[in-house]
Amino acid sequence: MQNRRSFIKALVLSASIAAIGAPVHAADTIKVGVLHSLSGTMAISETALKNTALLAIEEINASGGVLGKQLEAVVVDPASDWPLFAEKARQLVSQDKVAVVFGCWTSVSRKSVNPVFKELNGLLFYPVQYEGEELEKNVFYTGAAPNQQAIPAVEYLMSEEGGGAKRFVLLGTDYVYPRTTNKILRAFLKSKGVKDEDILETYTPFGHSDYQTIIADIKKFASTGRKTTVISTINGDSNVPFYKELGNAGLKATDVPVVAFSVGEEELRGVDTKPLVGHLAAWNYFESLKNAENTAFIAKYRAWAKANGVPNADTVVTNDPMEATYVGIHMWKQAVEKAGSTDTDKVIAALSGQTFKAPSGFTLTMDKTNHHLHKPVFIGEVRADGQFDVVWQTKQPIRAQPWSPYIAGNEGKQGL
Amino acid sequence: MNPFSFRRCWSWLCLFVMLSGLPLSVSAALAPERVSGFAGDFSSRLAAIEALGADGGADAHRVLDALENGMLGVIDGQVVIVEGDAIRDAASGEAAEGDVAAVTVITVNNRIRRALISARATLALAADDVATRLAAAHTLGESPAAEQMPLLEQALAREKNDNVRAVLMRAIARINLASPDAALRRQAAEDLGSASDPVVRNLLAALLEKRDGDWVEPDAEVRAAAVRSMTSIERRITAAQAMGTVFSGLSLGSILLLAALGLAITYGVMGVINMAHGELLMIGAYATFVVQGVFREHFPQWVDGYVIAAIPVAFLVAALAGVVMERLVLRHLYGRPLESLLATWGLSLVLIQGARVTFGPQNLELSNPSWMTGGIELAAGVVLPFNRIVIIGFAAFVLLLVWLMMQKTRLGMFVRAVTQNRPMAGCVGVPTARVDTLAFAIGSGVAGLGGLALSQVANVGPAMGQGYIVDTFMVVVLGGVGQLAGAVWAALGLGIVSKFLEGWAGAVIAKILVLVFIIIFIQKRPQGLFALKGRFADD
Amino acid sequence: MRIPFTVRLLRGAPKSGWIALLIIAFIAWVAVPFAHLALPPEHAFYLPGYAVKLVGKIMCYMTVAVAMDLVWGYTGILSLGHGLFFALGGYAFGMYLMRQIGRDGSYGADLPDFMVFLDWKELPWYWTGSDSFAWAIFLAMALPGLVAFAFGYFAFRSRIRGVYFSIITQALTYAAMLLFFRNETGFGGNNGFTDFKRILGYDITSPQMRVVLFGLSAALLIACLSLGRYLVGSRLGRVLAAIRDAESRAMFIGYNPLHYKLFIWTLSAVMCGLAGALYVPQMGIINPSEMSPANSIEIAVWVAVGGRGTLTGAVFGAGIVNLAKSYLTATMSEYWPFFLGGLFIVVTLYLPDGVAGLWRRFVERKAATTTAVEAETEAKPTKTAGASA
Repeated sequence: MQNRRSFIKALVLSASIAAIGAPVHAADTIKVGVLHSLSGTMAISETALKNTALLAIEEINASGGVLGKQLEAVVVDPASDWPLFAEKARQLVSQDKVAVVFGCWTSVSRKSVNPVFKELNGLLFYPVQYEGEELEKNVFYTGAAPNQQAIPAVEYLMSEEGGGAKRFVLLGTDYVYPRTTNKILRAFLKSKGVKDEDILETYTPFGHSDYQTIIADIKKFASTGRKTTVISTINGDSNVPFYKELGNAGLKATDVPVVAFSVGEEELRGVDTKPLVGHLAAWNYFESLKNAENTAFIAKYRAWAKANGVPNADTVVTNDPMEATYVGIHMWKQAVEKAGSTDTDKVIAALSGQTFKAPSGFTLTMDKTNHHLHKPVFIGEVRADGQFDVVWQTKQPIRAQPWSPYIAGNEGKQGL
Repeated sequence: MNPFSFRRCWSWLCLFVMLSGLPLSVSAALAPERVSGFAGDFSSRLAAIEALGADGGADAHRVLDALENGMLGVIDGQVVIVEGDAIRDAASGEAAEGDVAAVTVITVNNRIRRALISARATLALAADDVATRLAAAHTLGESPAAEQMPLLEQALAREKNDNVRAVLMRAIARINLASPDAALRRQAAEDLGSASDPVVRNLLAALLEKRDGDWVEPDAEVRAAAVRSMTSIERRITAAQAMGTVFSGLSLGSILLLAALGLAITYGVMGVINMAHGELLMIGAYATFVVQGVFREHFPQWVDGYVIAAIPVAFLVAALAGVVMERLVLRHLYGRPLESLLATWGLSLVLIQGARVTFGPQNLELSNPSWMTGGIELAAGVVLPFNRIVIIGFAAFVLLLVWLMMQKTRLGMFVRAVTQNRPMAGCVGVPTARVDTLAFAIGSGVAGLGGLALSQVANVGPAMGQGYIVDTFMVVVLGGVGQLAGAVWAALGLGIVSKFLEGWAGAVIAKILVLVFIIIFIQKRPQGLFALKGRFADD
Repeated sequence: MRIPFTVRLLRGAPKSGWIALLIIAFIAWVAVPFAHLALPPEHAFYLPGYAVKLVGKIMCYMTVAVAMDLVWGYTGILSLGHGLFFALGGYAFGMYLMRQIGRDGSYGADLPDFMVFLDWKELPWYWTGSDSFAWAIFLAMALPGLVAFAFGYFAFRSRIRGVYFSIITQALTYAAMLLFFRNETGFGGNNGFTDFKRILGYDITSPQMRVVLFGLSAALLIACLSLGRYLVGSRLGRVLAAIRDAESRAMFIGYNPLHYKLFIWTLSAVMCGLAGALYVPQMGIINPSEMSPANSIEIAVWVAVGGRGTLTGAVFGAGIVNLAKSYLTATMSEYWPFFLGGLFIVVTLYLPDGVAGLWRRFVERKAATTTAVEAETEAKPTKTAGASA
């Protein structure tokens, strides 16, 4: 009997809590949202991006802030739960009134928040390499599109220098990024005269941890005697068992090299890299790059990690998405200063053509029309210490093609 | 990763090169044109490596070593070796002029490394040690090129060892398959019959194809020989692959068993759905990580033994965690088994985030000790990795211990009694509360051992246990609650069935089929494979 | 012992209950729309879209909690797979929403984007009729209902109970998740369905649509709660409780547990399906992770926190846990699992009957101190949570 009454109270209470949830925001700061999973499956990758975002914000504040105001980071945890990403994005934009959000890692999380940013006319910086096939007015992509990562890597592998690969195993976790990348690569390989029977495409479920059968299949496929290479889009957590199995099954990089698009310094921290020496990764940034910007970036991050009590602070590494986060925040700052306001439309306009001297050693430019960065491509081989030796790199930054020309129906869809 | 160890590696390398390079540089020098290729483009570098390997002699090693270690560079068109702050001419070994910073070090990539391996193997064919020669012959035999023919024939001519001869002969035969002489081709096809390499099988199969109506191999006798050889190779490959699949299944099964054995005990005794069981696995793996760290820091000479030392540690730490869980939480939930789900789920959240906050969200790096790396090659393409073999053995060992404990000790008898009929056991004087705590501790400890085993094949991270919740419960339920034998059969059965299905339908479908199979199976035998015998009132 | 059905119904829903329902209905259908639509954003009582969506989502979860409580709290069947039914309902309605995008997708094709991407030329057979709103609603009920019926029939017929049942429901939802993760299955793989544009031709992002969906969620919750209330108070409810407390004995008396269990199990799945159908347009995404075993466990956790065996308790539980999660993930982004996990432990240890139990105890104590005499005849605590299940 009382239950029903209490139910009403709960409902009213819950509604009012939600309604008054937003704190009154002070006018002398600019709020910046950080939307990265700090718990759940993606915390492994995204926590470092949150750290980088906070580092960049501190750095900007130390140098006087933006438009004379300090930045105030609003960190939320969407807990690797995709609908929660949408909810938190809405909270950041409409309740906390942040000027911009830096966040997301997985494609599905980005897809989940896209409609929110569109509806509320917010601004999102997405820092991870991805499959392309989208272009949103409210999103800036500071990671690589497929033509800035996958295609140069395969071209390299097919070259004399890269080993002259003739047969390709396209191995990935079953979700949209590997599927799209492999679709693009298949079309690209066909255009280079590679036949269908020389391509083996396999997918494993999320969190797959037993790669015995897959490795046996790769070996079988490689046994024609023609040079075989594995193009791996295996997602984060499955990489450790995959590489462990690879090392123990005796597949060496000199026989069947594996080039990965989702394995960087951070992922290799969890692997014993000695058996992996020579396997490859393609990125737009490596920690091992030698230049003044990178040295400073690494030093700043290490110091920040130490000062903020990051676990294992003495062994932290930097990687490509961290660099992309860092570049994104600085470009946003420059654009806000150019626009003289944090108004979304003005900032979007001001962002086109922004340049920034990035830790990759190149001056990156935000494209005038397609919201992607022009990025250099590096191909690195794994070293015994978990870092990469750059064995090949582009001469200058490459313009992104979010709509791959290798997918039918994309002709003429290159800008907003 | 660790700058200290990296620097130490570096100094070792320098020392090594100095020791091996200095005396040799005095004895002989290479003609400058032998190394000048390194100053050219990529293909001239490859050619230079090959040439050094083909007729290099001891001095060639010095240059190849330098190249492999990233110490060979070019300055003003001169090929030099960088040794710390000094520069030497690569050909003569004499000290050279120039600034170290100005040297462009030659990038060693996979292609160069491959050329190096092949050049090394060529050099090693002349070695005194049989094993070295055998390994070299294998390396060269993997993809022999026609240009290597004279070299292989020379080696064969002076070779005394039968094993090495067999490998060399197969390498020569592979080249001869393309020979214009039909007799040579027939001989080659016959020689290759002793191989067990799918590459060779594919080579032979290529001869038996028809192209534009004509046989690729015009000679019928050669074709007949090829067919004979192919069948015998195929027989070997099929047998090896079947064994490989069974082994994979056993390996997966043993991992499932190690993960589920602890749960079989805790669930069997207390009927507690322990959602934090996966986190006990995680605790075991983290304990192993800590032990590895201690060994690396304090006993670097015994670092390979860290896995052994971690066995008691992982067991005790996880058992302790289990006792704490039991004392603080679970014992208050007796008689409310399903509600324990909620509390243990909460525990699991806390433990995962606890690990994340203290150790960081990243996966931890655990290296296989050297005796657990590599594997036994059954046939080309079928390798049984040592780490998996060890884990199968370890699972058997843990199982034996648990079985002994359950069958031969007084505690084990109590545990079985409580499993079968708690109130009755209490009536006859079994201290059920203490048995519960001990059983839970042992079950948790076994889970810790499972975590130790997992750390050798899979991820070690805060959420690693989550991936095993479903699998471990499947094993326990399929086997029949409270039945160790059931858990063993269920784990091994699931492992092998999964692996055969995976080979046939792919990983995703295989997993779905296995789950559907379990659902259907439970309909037929609602109490699992091995139900407790006897009559029960179900309420 | 036997109390006439009408008496129970009255006792289950006294006058104050009806008034309460009216008040909720007023809030959901008049006050919220007014506060969200008519008031300017600067107004103190303006209800932002974020809050409307959040509460709308939580009401969907509350409905699921009611459905869960019917099978767990009242019938003693612990399902660790209710997320599946929720997601199936969501997918069924999501198919309709995908079709409503029409040619506004990024490839401008008649097919949903992900199908264009897979080079499919036409809709697979199971998408037939997905452009019809009525069919979508029907499917959102029928699909989870059918799956639940088929699964339940075989499971209950084999007399699978207790933990065995829980585990195979977990296997079921896990298998379904893996199936839906596959791109070839035809439901968008890992990304699922997202970027919806409209319902019945109306813009899905408009505040009006938001309020309508909110109102519908409230309606569904009220309907499910009332129906649940009615059922558990009816004779059926008592048979269910009998099955929960002693299935064999109930059987020996002459009730076939199969029919009763199957009925409540299927009904529960249908409720979840409808909640899922309303959840999807509000959250703007449905994907296979809704079927992950962890999500289903969470549903059980809501019910346990609220107090199983009391429908309002389940509603409370879902509300408390989700509000806490929403609030904590934003305020203590790195430490919230400690609080939530701690909450679960504390609730189980010290509040065995959940929040509802606490509330009841509190009320009883108050009643005892004020009118000690009357309390004795009326407020006999009904021990609802059985000793074992």
